[in-house]
Amino acid sequence: MTPDGAGVGLDGVAHRFGDVDVLRDIAFTVEPRRSLGVIGPSGCGKSTLLTFIAGLAEPGGGSVRVGAETAPAGRLAACALMPQKDLLLPWRRAIDNAALALENRGVPRKQARARVAPLFERFNLGGFEQHWPHELSGGMRQRVAFLRTLVADKDVLLLDEPFGGLDAITRADMQDWLRGVLTVEPRTAVLVTHDVEEALLLCHEVVVLTPRPATVVARIEVDLPVRVSRAETIADPAFTALRARILSILAQGSA
Amino acid sequence: MTRVSTTPRPATRARPEQRGAVATWGPATALVVALIGLWELVTALADVPAYLFPAPSAIVRAAVEDRELLVAATLVTTTEVVLGLLVAVVVALLIAVALHFSAILRTTVFPLLIASQTVPIVVLAPILAIVFGYGVEPKLVIVALICFFPIVVNTLDGLRSVDPDLPRLMRTLSATRWAIFSKVEFPSALPRLFSGLRVAVTYAPIGAVFGEWSGSTDGLGFVMLQATPQLRTALVFAAIAVLTVESVALFLLVRLVENVTLRWNRR
Repeated sequence: MTPDGAGVGLDGVAHRFGDVDVLRDIAFTVEPRRSLGVIGPSGCGKSTLLTFIAGLAEPGGGSVRVGAETAPAGRLAACALMPQKDLLLPWRRAIDNAALALENRGVPRKQARARVAPLFERFNLGGFEQHWPHELSGGMRQRVAFLRTLVADKDVLLLDEPFGGLDAITRADMQDWLRGVLTVEPRTAVLVTHDVEEALLLCHEVVVLTPRPATVVARIEVDLPVRVSRAETIADPAFTALRARILSILAQGSA
Repeated sequence: MTRVSTTPRPATRARPEQRGAVATWGPATALVVALIGLWELVTALADVPAYLFPAPSAIVRAAVEDRELLVAATLVTTTEVVLGLLVAVVVALLIAVALHFSAILRTTVFPLLIASQTVPIVVLAPILAIVFGYGVEPKLVIVALICFFPIVVNTLDGLRSVDPDLPRLMRTLSATRWAIFSKVEFPSALPRLFSGLRVAVTYAPIGAVFGEWSGSTDGLGFVMLQATPQLRTALVFAAIAVLTVESVALFLLVRLVENVTLRWNRR
């Protein structure tokens, strides 16, 4: 990770899948160590947008920048992607899943484990280091996946509906937990979600996309008074006003 | 940071239910015992000549009488089977990996592999005996030729059916092509590889006997070949019984290795 972090910038990003116009003229920037929520109806190409930022694919048009990097390989080196499925490798114990990025960089397995082990307590996973993924609950698997993403030590976190597969209660727990992690250790983050509440809880700013072909219809600063608890935050009039505004934009498809 | 209160305790992790040995092996053993009993009964009642269809008791007597011959022959055949399987596994893995990495090889070499399975071993075995002599080599070739195919096909299927999201994820975790292969593709192909191996080991003893049939001076196939014209049918059946036990034993051995290797796959 670079000391000052890296920002993300999209300009005029457009893409088609065959005859289907998916993305049209998408532009936004994320300042280093700030988090941006991307909200849009399902199937509007939000996930595709993340694969472009990550450098896993190139858009049909426009430019993508991560830090100073515009080439796919450079972006790939700066981004960590957290998918909706936890995608833990079932043949690796929890600790070895978390240590994957270190091993991929040539750190011997024993050393990689030693470096990851202290983080398990911090992630409420203490005692589960040696478990196989199928022995863990959904929330725990997701935390191991997060641990793996953070250990990769990339400037930019790309979160693709990271809690979409969890039940409502676990999802709320995980949102609080991630809010804590990002407060203690701010990272540049792009969070794709269709959960308005989730975006408002976790992000500094939110952009709203239209249905296909998706384009940015509104950009909203999330400027909420600092609240400790989730219940207080959600009950805050400023929060409910923002939520109502975003929901109405989503419903109308325009600002 | 908020503590997540739903975290279960490590001690309560679920363990798959272990079935007892009786529940697992009981029915199969009972069936085998019943069939042998029926066989004994039929031969006794129908008064079939022993040189045509010996009773199980006669087979056991023959096996005990000729135990030294059978043990020596079993060692020879087992060596051929195990070495042939090793050759098959090594060759099959090399081919599967090569085909996995190269689209050109997949389209050009794969038809040849299928063709290799249509070559009648009956025709090939005597030629191999002429080329390699009466030693162990032609048997290894035959065993390997029969056994490599199911391993290649299954392993290649396993390598190609990896969840495409996994290699993508690995790329965002700084993985090289080799790391993706060794940490994702190969482990995810292992269950299929073992399926192929289980099929292969049941064919292997037949391959070895076939090789011995076509030219040999020892082994279970040689024993059968010698005993048949002497009308020592009970000894032939004893050799077949040994071969059967060997197939089952190999199959179970692969299962054991599989269970140890694929601990993560137990659900």
